[in-house]
Amino acid sequence: MKKKAIVCRCEDISLEDVEKAIDEGYTDIEELRKKLRIGMGPCQGRVCIQLVMKILEKKTGKEVGKINLPSSRPPIIPVCLGSIASDKNEK
Amino acid sequence: MKSKADVVIIGGGISGCGLAYNLARRGVDVLVFEKNYLTSGATGACGAGIRQQWSTYENAELAIASVKIFEKLSNELGEDIEFRQGGYLVAIHDRKEMKQAIKNVEMQRTLGLQVEILDSEGINDIVPILDVKGMKAIGATFCPTDGHANPFKTTFAYANAAKRFGANIYTHTKVTSIKKDKKRITGVITDKGSVKTEIVVNAAGIWSKDIAEIVGVNTPNIPIRKEIIATERFKPMFEAMVISFKDGIYFSQQKEGQIIGGIPSPEQKPGYKTIPTISFMQHMASTLIRYAPVLKHINLLRHWTGFYDVTPDSRPILGETKNLKGFIHCHGFSGHGFMISPMVSKLLSDFIVDGKTSEVLNNLNIDRFKDKKIEHEMSTVG
Repeated sequence: MKKKAIVCRCEDISLEDVEKAIDEGYTDIEELRKKLRIGMGPCQGRVCIQLVMKILEKKTGKEVGKINLPSSRPPIIPVCLGSIASDKNEK
Repeated sequence: MKSKADVVIIGGGISGCGLAYNLARRGVDVLVFEKNYLTSGATGACGAGIRQQWSTYENAELAIASVKIFEKLSNELGEDIEFRQGGYLVAIHDRKEMKQAIKNVEMQRTLGLQVEILDSEGINDIVPILDVKGMKAIGATFCPTDGHANPFKTTFAYANAAKRFGANIYTHTKVTSIKKDKKRITGVITDKGSVKTEIVVNAAGIWSKDIAEIVGVNTPNIPIRKEIIATERFKPMFEAMVISFKDGIYFSQQKEGQIIGGIPSPEQKPGYKTIPTISFMQHMASTLIRYAPVLKHINLLRHWTGFYDVTPDSRPILGETKNLKGFIHCHGFSGHGFMISPMVSKLLSDFIVDGKTSEVLNNLNIDRFKDKKIEHEMSTVG
């Protein structure tokens, strides 16, 4: 069952993967993110980070409110490179 | 917390964790203090590239020896660090750059590196999506054994292996003071307790200047904000990292398919600010499309900042301080700390355990800045 519960859809990370990483000592949300790539896909963490924080709270006892949110990365939603470049005429 | 240790390392990035591993495996009682989490500084924000094509002997020597270690590192540490050798293609734009490239290649070959000079047609044989005219290249150098590895996984693998050999790693523990008597280190004080030691390694990246100041040592390092982008994933189209010293750009496609790349920001300045800039994003996107027009259809996903801990000659500062026994420098990597960390941590561990020194260590001592003439590393990007 745990294998089928997907926490991060972008990177295909299951509940079991997250719990295993926490058991291995990755108890900081930033370390978890860097180990599993959670929050680095197209959704930029909007789907998974809340779930990961809840799992962290359950496993470590650290309250969700006391866990810092990972830093957000612009441009928040995907934007194609051509659009970004079109705003500037490089000579 | 432990009350004493043989060696205390300040900084839980690739340098600190790599050194902790190399010391612990040789039976040294080593302890790491990291004020945030592992890879929270420059290591965790870096471009992941591993390049051996440098203009100065010391950087080339360190990088070539490091690649030999990287090749076996997943096996040695028991975890996959995702090392991959797709080569580095260094664009050459004019006759002046060609002259320097010929000089660099000559020196690199004396160190045993396999590296060649390509004409403009040869560029597309390596990376078909490049627009040679758009990038204004007259040629390139190419080294097939350059590549990249995953900086998070490499650091975590070093840290895990170090722990198995008995190293103690304390994250979220900030060094507040360093104790010394007149000529030697005696201990370290943190916000969680203090520890007695005779050797402190300053591997604190852009914060290394603050650490050195605690013991009254002045370092010439300047922290420079750098920015990087990552795109969505798409079908693998090229394996080499493409870089240009003139434009400062670097980009590569990772195994999973995303492009990672950077370029000096138009608003680049010293300091500790971590806010990404729109001007960087525009400059990066337009230069990238000039190099590889097909990429204009690819979505940008993420954009983040990191730092270069830059020294006056863009080479690291390594080794012991003359007037303060036990205070060891391991910083100033100027944007290429990750790629030379395996050899740097090996050399420093040999120095700490056996007192063994080497030409590279001697040349990269902090005392070199007292001379008026220092040899500057020419081959930098980002």
